[in-house]
Amino acid sequence: MNMELSRRTLLKGAGVGLAGTALGAFGFGGIEAAYADAIRAFKLVGTTETRNTCPYCSVACGVIMYSKGDLTKGEKAEITHIEGDVDHPTNRGTLCPKGAALLDFVKSETRLTKPRIRKPGADKFEDISWNDALDRIARLMKDDRDANFEAQNQDGVTVNRWKTTGFLAASASTNETAFLTYKVVRSTGILAFDNQARV
Amino acid sequence: MYPPLPNPSVQPSAMQYGQEDLVRRSASTVPTPPRQLTPVAKLIDVSKCIGCKACQVACLEWNDMREEVGVNTGVYENPHDLTPASFTLMRFTEWENGETGNLEWLIRKDGCMHCGDPGCLKACPAPGAIVQYSNGIVDFVKENCIGCGYCVKGCPFNIPRISKVDHKAYKCTLCSDRVAVGQGPACAKACPTQAIVFGPKEDMIQHANARIEDLKSRGFQNAGLYDPPGVGGTHVMYVLHHADKPEIYADLPKDPKISPVVELWKGLTKYAGLTAIASFVGIGFLHHIVSGANRVSAEDERNAKRLTENQPGGG
Amino acid sequence: MTNSWTDIKNTDLVIIMGGNAAEAHPCGFKWVTEAKANRGAKLIVVDPRFTRSASVADFYAPIRQGTDIAFILGLINYCIQNDKVHWDYVKAFTNATYLVKDGFSFKDGLFSGYDESKREYDKSSWDYQIGEDGFVMVDDTLSNPRCVWNLLKEHVSVYTPEMVERICGTPKDKYLKVAEMVAETSSPTKTMTSMYALGWTQHSKGSQNIRSMAMLQLILGNIGMRGGGMNALRGHSNIQGLTDIGLMSNLIPGYLTIPTQKEVDFATYMSTRGFKPLRPDQMSYWQNYKKFFVSFQKSMWGDEAQPWNDFAYDWLPKLDVPAYDVLRAFELMHQGKMNGYVCQGFNPLLSFPNRKKCTDALSKLKFLVTMDPLDTETARFWENHGEYNDVDPSQIQTEVIQLPSTCFAEDDGSLVNSGRWLQWHWAGGTPPGEAQRDTWIMAQIWKRLKALYEKEDGPLPDPILKVRWPYADPDDPKADEIAREINGYAIEAVYDPTDPTKVLVEKGKQLASFGQLRDDGTTSCGCWIYTGCFTEDGNNMARRDNSDPDEAGFYSKWAFSWPANRRILYNRASADMNGQPWDPSRKVIAWNGTKWEGYDVPDIAPTAKPDVVGPFIMNPEGTARLFTRTMMKDGPFPAHYEPFESPIANPVAPNVKGNPAARVFEGDMAQFGEAEKFPYAATSYRLTEHFHFWTKHVQPNAVMQPEFFVEISEQLAEEKGIKQGGWVKVMSNRGEVKAKAVVTKRIKPLQCDGKTVHIVGVPLHWGFTGVAKKGLGPNTLTPFVGDANIETPEYKAFLVDIAPLTEPVS
Repeated sequence: MNMELSRRTLLKGAGVGLAGTALGAFGFGGIEAAYADAIRAFKLVGTTETRNTCPYCSVACGVIMYSKGDLTKGEKAEITHIEGDVDHPTNRGTLCPKGAALLDFVKSETRLTKPRIRKPGADKFEDISWNDALDRIARLMKDDRDANFEAQNQDGVTVNRWKTTGFLAASASTNETAFLTYKVVRSTGILAFDNQARV
Repeated sequence: MYPPLPNPSVQPSAMQYGQEDLVRRSASTVPTPPRQLTPVAKLIDVSKCIGCKACQVACLEWNDMREEVGVNTGVYENPHDLTPASFTLMRFTEWENGETGNLEWLIRKDGCMHCGDPGCLKACPAPGAIVQYSNGIVDFVKENCIGCGYCVKGCPFNIPRISKVDHKAYKCTLCSDRVAVGQGPACAKACPTQAIVFGPKEDMIQHANARIEDLKSRGFQNAGLYDPPGVGGTHVMYVLHHADKPEIYADLPKDPKISPVVELWKGLTKYAGLTAIASFVGIGFLHHIVSGANRVSAEDERNAKRLTENQPGGG
Repeated sequence: MTNSWTDIKNTDLVIIMGGNAAEAHPCGFKWVTEAKANRGAKLIVVDPRFTRSASVADFYAPIRQGTDIAFILGLINYCIQNDKVHWDYVKAFTNATYLVKDGFSFKDGLFSGYDESKREYDKSSWDYQIGEDGFVMVDDTLSNPRCVWNLLKEHVSVYTPEMVERICGTPKDKYLKVAEMVAETSSPTKTMTSMYALGWTQHSKGSQNIRSMAMLQLILGNIGMRGGGMNALRGHSNIQGLTDIGLMSNLIPGYLTIPTQKEVDFATYMSTRGFKPLRPDQMSYWQNYKKFFVSFQKSMWGDEAQPWNDFAYDWLPKLDVPAYDVLRAFELMHQGKMNGYVCQGFNPLLSFPNRKKCTDALSKLKFLVTMDPLDTETARFWENHGEYNDVDPSQIQTEVIQLPSTCFAEDDGSLVNSGRWLQWHWAGGTPPGEAQRDTWIMAQIWKRLKALYEKEDGPLPDPILKVRWPYADPDDPKADEIAREINGYAIEAVYDPTDPTKVLVEKGKQLASFGQLRDDGTTSCGCWIYTGCFTEDGNNMARRDNSDPDEAGFYSKWAFSWPANRRILYNRASADMNGQPWDPSRKVIAWNGTKWEGYDVPDIAPTAKPDVVGPFIMNPEGTARLFTRTMMKDGPFPAHYEPFESPIANPVAPNVKGNPAARVFEGDMAQFGEAEKFPYAATSYRLTEHFHFWTKHVQPNAVMQPEFFVEISEQLAEEKGIKQGGWVKVMSNRGEVKAKAVVTKRIKPLQCDGKTVHIVGVPLHWGFTGVAKKGLGPNTLTPFVGDANIETPEYKAFLVDIAPLTEPVS
């Protein structure tokens, strides 16, 4: 990733910290407000950077998320901008139209924020607490497993399988989520276990 | 690969250019700048463009703009034209090459060309609403814009759009804020294939020449650079596979020039300024301006012509 | 991918077929443009549509969807006929010289052993002749008519350029141009890379599409080379990882397999997994299977997995059918045999074929649980949305629980890209509302199940109760803890097998490589192919050194690549029999007289002599298979079969409908449409502006392509009176959709077997949640049938009819 000389000359100075306003430093303190506003202040100044990977396709472009607030300091963090990571060997800072709009995925109006339940025959969702939702899921799973678990097949072979509940894993979740999911699902004897490799 | 710029810094940094670097300011004069900035340019290589619209999205996101969810009209252009929010737009043309018998899908990123001799600025009657820096960036200053739409008329490429909400003119800034901290425009950074690159104009021309050579080796004998002299050259340039026929790329003008009307108008705005114009044309025209014209009507044009004709010492 | 995205810049020729890299993988496609700039590389695109990839191609050839095998076998035929074969490579590195049993044959579109009533083959004749020494018999002169090469030559001879034109609709002159360009890469100093994706997998013979190209690449000597390889572009960001970790009905992490009920005990299970070498001195690396399996069982059940209980072999469920893939799961659901279903980040209502069947199936569930950061149609399958989801909620008794999960920006962890790079990422934002990480959700479900079984008992609770759960906060396992577990550690000290006094890994330490795994229960490892990702040196997936010596494209210090940080699979094949690179300008590794060294981690034992040990170490042969023995259900060679819904009969086997070995459920066979009623060949795809169904929720992406449309040629539009931007109705035997019409020169009618075939393109994206316009999609139309080997639904080739709609649609 060499830089061409003229380019470096042109652009040098970027990233050099400077106290006070930029215009002040250039000696333009007295310029009228309209003049000063002509170039918008750089909006990433003062944000926290976090490295991530685009969650869409498996080119797996490096992205930098810019936030107000820093999670590593225990603060709340609101992501305000996402841009390609130039240091990443594959995408070199570029992003496709999906990756370039990641901020609007993170902040989508249809992000889910609460567990919900739809009861049999109902025409709408109702809110439910996490605790109640998880208790209910465990209950439903256990009842079905207890009723349908097959310890042996008709030939008397130990098969220890549960075929009446299925689990469809994600394909954009992490390896760590995947492995924990594998352990939980396989330990129950579920066979109808699949992911999105095919579609 | 054209070497990418380093990631932006989140530390405060000095702006690399500012108001002292203005070489033109609409309807007003500027002092001679103390230095000449290195002219910059965005090079759009149409032959490498895959029409993915990353540039459109990156532009919306960087500029905090929202576009409306539209409809499909049987084509791939969305939105269907440039808008006050969409400073850039991929225009798609299905062109059958008579010589080779091959279909070519020509995809051109449309947007402000940042002309060396900007017709919009010259047409603009509002002092300081349009400015040009010595690096070539032509920028709109919203606070000074009166929404008259003359910039649209003055533009040989039909680029600026007037907002129905705030009655101000909008177009690509060449990400003047990013360039000021040593970054390139958001569209250029995003572009997956580096069909858009940004840097010193001289380097861009060199880069373009290498691309043109490659295209010629692949059978595009008329490949060339679009940097039209009629508008003083541009700071957004195209590499075209068929540079002899720019019009096949969604009506890219073959030899763009500033309208003679604007050339006359230029003198008026430069010396008389908005107040003088208002006093000349009376209440009706002023009202038209203030209430938010979003396009130049025939009447406006007639008014402009009359004004330039009546203006003593203009030119 | 055998190679990586950045390696594509090293190629001379890119063939995009069965994919659309510029649209679906734009930032990866950058490396195609780099290859053009660096090496003057050429790009060929073969696709039914003139795509955005085609718009920047050097050469475009049209093809009818579902005929790729004929096209590629025709290329193999061309290479054989014109002596464009990398002979040294083929003879040394493939099974071309191996002799095949006399009983093997291919006639009238069927291989030997077909049983029509079962739609299955008895594959016993599809194998090698074994000599008295226990090894495969070979004929190095290639003169024996039963050697693989001669059988292949005969098998592909029917695919002449004329026959290819007849089947594929690719004009002969264009086809020959492609053939010439491809054949040039048989030179040892030229490479071609194949970039493909779901355009090849989503067919009833998807696996064989890919095999065909892999065979061609072997014949050209392009596997293992820089700028070569078989490069599956892959779909979702971690689909590679989810597959590696085996979240499939028949898999155990690291491509081990779940036992079938015929494997009644561990000894029986292992008896077919010995992987004895088929040729002298070969590595046959799967001989280590037991080490991988036992170490996995230890990671799953810790101290409970012991030699005396066959390492808890019985606790694994046993399969009674080959697989419980999603089609089978929904078929069972449809039959009322499935009561519960959990969707962790998945949207089957829009993803699976035959939407009506999917809705009916989900309606028969007792309960459905979804976990997703975004709203999904599946979670609301019971909700009425007029023509976009015409259901009566009062008639649907399914209880649905929708759980909000975090998204990428809010969790730590690793994803595996197409090039097998495990890359770590970090959380940077606070989750919205009450959204929780999937790891927390799974831990909470497990914790509650465990508590219920502790309290109430039930059938075989032990596998659940005794899952190894070594996390500091059992309620909330952390990503780095799980990553360490996946990598594996030494339960007891691991000793050097050649010197039992030498400790390789101390007790309790992280393992450095899968070579340290043991089959006696002294090592624990979640997924053997990932070992090395999180060692005593730390989290190698988080490495961010982007240096690239000699700009060779390896980036070996960036993140971690499985296996063993290897960036090009089969890289031993990049060098000749003396261990010297076929192309010195594109060296990967080379033999220095005593060992292998170079840019990449050698894909062979470092001291394995080049003239002895073959490069394809995972095969007991040591070579790559042009003839794949019994590994595939539908034949040891690929053969052209029409899609199940096809506008023409199979020109090379008129009596065979579809892929004869593909599974078809009873009710679905009746739902296939015929060309008389549905004359147009449809295909489905994703647009570059969108990512599946997610970006309906992302405002700028909804703007970029706002509304459901179908694409047709000007000729078909004229014939049917369809106007640009007008509304049309598209019908299949399973349903119909309304869409806008995009009339384009980019789709042209093809001439196939004397018939004009019109193509209808149906993009996916739209549904009834999110900010995009509401719409339907291809799965309303597509048939419920999958690939014979891995059951990927046939989304890319089906039949429809189309008609203009005059009335305005609200």
